[in-house]
Amino acid sequence: MNDPARLKVLEAELATIAAEPYYEPVGEEIPLFEAAYSARVPVLLKGPTGCGKTRFVEHMAWRLARPLVTVSCHDDLTASDLVGRYLIVGDETVWVDGPLARAVRAGGFCYLDEIVEARKDTTVVIHPLADTRRCLPMEKRGELLRAPDEFMLILSYNPGYQSVLKELKHSTRQRFVAIEFAYPSADLEARIVVRESGLDRATAERLVKLGGMTRNLKGSGLDEGASTRLLVHAAQLMVRGVPPRTACHGAVAEALTDDREMLVALDELVGAVF
Amino acid sequence: MTVAQPLSAGELEEELEHGVRLTELARVLELVLRGLSARALRVEAGPETYTDTETIFLPESIDAAPERAANERLYKALAVHHWAQTRYGTFNADLDDVLEGFASRERGLAWINLLEAVRLEACLRRGYPGLARLLASLRPRLPEALVDAERELARPRASVGDSIRLARELAVMEPPAAFPYLGSLHPDRVKTVREARVAKERRALYRELAKIREGLAVEGAGEVERKPAPAVEVDASFDTLQFKLEVEGERVEPPPAVAALVRSIVQDFGAVPPEYLVAAGPGRYAPDAEPTDEPEGARAESHAEGGTLYDEWDFQRRDYRKDWCVAFESDVPRGDPAFVAGVRAQYAGQIAQLRRRFEALRGEEKLLRREHEGDDLDFDAVVEAYADRRTGMEVTERLFTLRRRAERNIAAMFMVDMSGSTMGWVNECERTALVMLCEALEALGDRYAIYGFSGWGRKRCEIYRIKRFDERYSDAVRGRIAGVQAKDYTRMGVAIRHLSKLLNEVEAKTRILFTLSDGKPDDFIDGYRGVYGIEDTRQALIEARASGVHPFCITIDEEARDYLPHMYGAASWALIDDVRKLPLKAADAYRRLTS
Repeated sequence: MNDPARLKVLEAELATIAAEPYYEPVGEEIPLFEAAYSARVPVLLKGPTGCGKTRFVEHMAWRLARPLVTVSCHDDLTASDLVGRYLIVGDETVWVDGPLARAVRAGGFCYLDEIVEARKDTTVVIHPLADTRRCLPMEKRGELLRAPDEFMLILSYNPGYQSVLKELKHSTRQRFVAIEFAYPSADLEARIVVRESGLDRATAERLVKLGGMTRNLKGSGLDEGASTRLLVHAAQLMVRGVPPRTACHGAVAEALTDDREMLVALDELVGAVF
Repeated sequence: MTVAQPLSAGELEEELEHGVRLTELARVLELVLRGLSARALRVEAGPETYTDTETIFLPESIDAAPERAANERLYKALAVHHWAQTRYGTFNADLDDVLEGFASRERGLAWINLLEAVRLEACLRRGYPGLARLLASLRPRLPEALVDAERELARPRASVGDSIRLARELAVMEPPAAFPYLGSLHPDRVKTVREARVAKERRALYRELAKIREGLAVEGAGEVERKPAPAVEVDASFDTLQFKLEVEGERVEPPPAVAALVRSIVQDFGAVPPEYLVAAGPGRYAPDAEPTDEPEGARAESHAEGGTLYDEWDFQRRDYRKDWCVAFESDVPRGDPAFVAGVRAQYAGQIAQLRRRFEALRGEEKLLRREHEGDDLDFDAVVEAYADRRTGMEVTERLFTLRRRAERNIAAMFMVDMSGSTMGWVNECERTALVMLCEALEALGDRYAIYGFSGWGRKRCEIYRIKRFDERYSDAVRGRIAGVQAKDYTRMGVAIRHLSKLLNEVEAKTRILFTLSDGKPDDFIDGYRGVYGIEDTRQALIEARASGVHPFCITIDEEARDYLPHMYGAASWALIDDVRKLPLKAADAYRRLTS
């Protein structure tokens, strides 16, 4: 913890994106986001895993030329993980800003991925940032950080989880402009797979078809169908010479389930298109 | 409905050394078919192999080849071929009518069946090459006489009409031997099933589109004058089942319910027939029986002795009917004590597995920070203490972390449908589900209660006690579970209100109202049917949610997809297509709901 090198690494997390991250808009999400940014309203991205939420945020950060810090939330993530904490360096205590505080200071984007996973006390910290106050109270330092106009808070969450313990409270969600992400249309999804992997278009179309079939199984034994990300993974394996069935078994079937019968069924579906 | 009795291992081996039983493959086949077509096809054993477009009947076992793998392939081919009939429109012509024109009905049917198989294989070659290879590998080469017909049927635009035309030409000859995966065609049985589905889906689509229209209409002004409902257009492709939905010329992202309906309708008609899209008034469900209006004075008080009064929501007046229903609580009479023991014995394996899974939930450990004592130093606390000391503030002694089992603090109310429609298998499965839930919850340690509900009109809403929160899972409770019976009607709103009240009396952080049901709210007496019942139930659920209860419903009603999302909201319900899966699914749903 008291390694100065580590502190440097932490600071480097807040990165400006140099090259344009590839992103295909599915609907009106880009103008909507831009409008929210100019109105200084935070944004909530909803949608299943692997449908492009994180990529979208990267793309928007590049587009609006703001530095971006991404925090993947987990169930032990606390408010101090976001705001910052004192560390011991030698016999001294040094304050280190958390990612959220750094994004506020720098006027960057702070993207909290899968916010429902985080501990409940984190939402208390983001509330004052997410309304007209736009400030971050840092209790331990007795400091109140005011967010510059360029700062933007972005949350994502997956409404598909049925657990009542993982619902977003209304006091939180009603502070945000919400943008829903769905799987792209077949044509667009094939284009994305081609672009991301270099696979030929015809094979990519078959992969997308497979993706659609797995999504038909959502609720009948699968919690989620194959995301675009999984399809891209399969495509990347194929481009490297892995036979399609093997690639899909590893990148799609096994990634989706451990259920023996479901695996057999998924392999059958793979066999149907390849 | 019957369930095949599992054979003992010895019997099975003796009978089928290399053969395959349908029970071993049924789930995989059903999953594959659901994945392929986006609509559920059941797979069941039957004396004849055919499909009625919702169920595929297959032989109970196949022992045609000396190797197991070959027998499995044949099962797959049978399932795929019959699925392809429903997917690529074999039944989109009225075959019963068509056969009138043939000299021999039987021969005509055999030819159509064979030519369709040729056409379907070609369809599969375009969309699912792997499946086409499977079918091709199992059939003999086509005779010379059919080469032209094959070429014609392989055209992308070929339809069942082409097969019929060719069958007429070829019917002078005896048809060649049937392919091994060719079942029979039963146009009459298809007709009944298909017509029922078509009517149901038409109504459902109508309702869904009305909702979309309403959503758009609301955005408009004061609503005093009824604007004409906006035009809806669906542009769907039969080949890919992809479609675009346009309302008033604007592209609309279809809700999942609409997407599923459109895909199913396109499979039946090749497109969405234009008359499906004709506008009804905004926001109208398909006309159902409307509730009969009773005079407002006819409140239930005079009958309320010993009961509790509840309001009921009248969606037409957009207001409550005051003290409209009376709920009476009573114990379920004890049933056969052997029932629970029987379930425990029969499902011993699954129960053990459930218990293990549930125990794993309970065993979740949590790291408590800033404790006075504990196993480890809490580094954050130490750092803070340092900082505090430096700044001259009071230094805390809470410097330890402690691992402890997380307290779940969940109370669950199980609400069991005891209406007349649950008679027979559903009731049996509900009781089995209750036993398994109890076993699992005992392992978990959550507080739970079980109540049944049924009723006969608003003045006799019966709530049956099976297990109170403060009761142990005792012999008495087990007896009452066995005694759960199908009674009268399903007046759900009052049951939800009463049981939410009981649930809210329990001290807990999370409260769950878990409903097991076989259908929508329905009380024949005083008009608690259709929209009225659904809307009151919805209102009761909204009240429950507002009071801090999380409602969840698990149901086996096929039509539930139409109204459950409206009642429960998109994420708080589960649909089971097969009543036999209820016991395991219920426990599984509960586990997922609370983890």
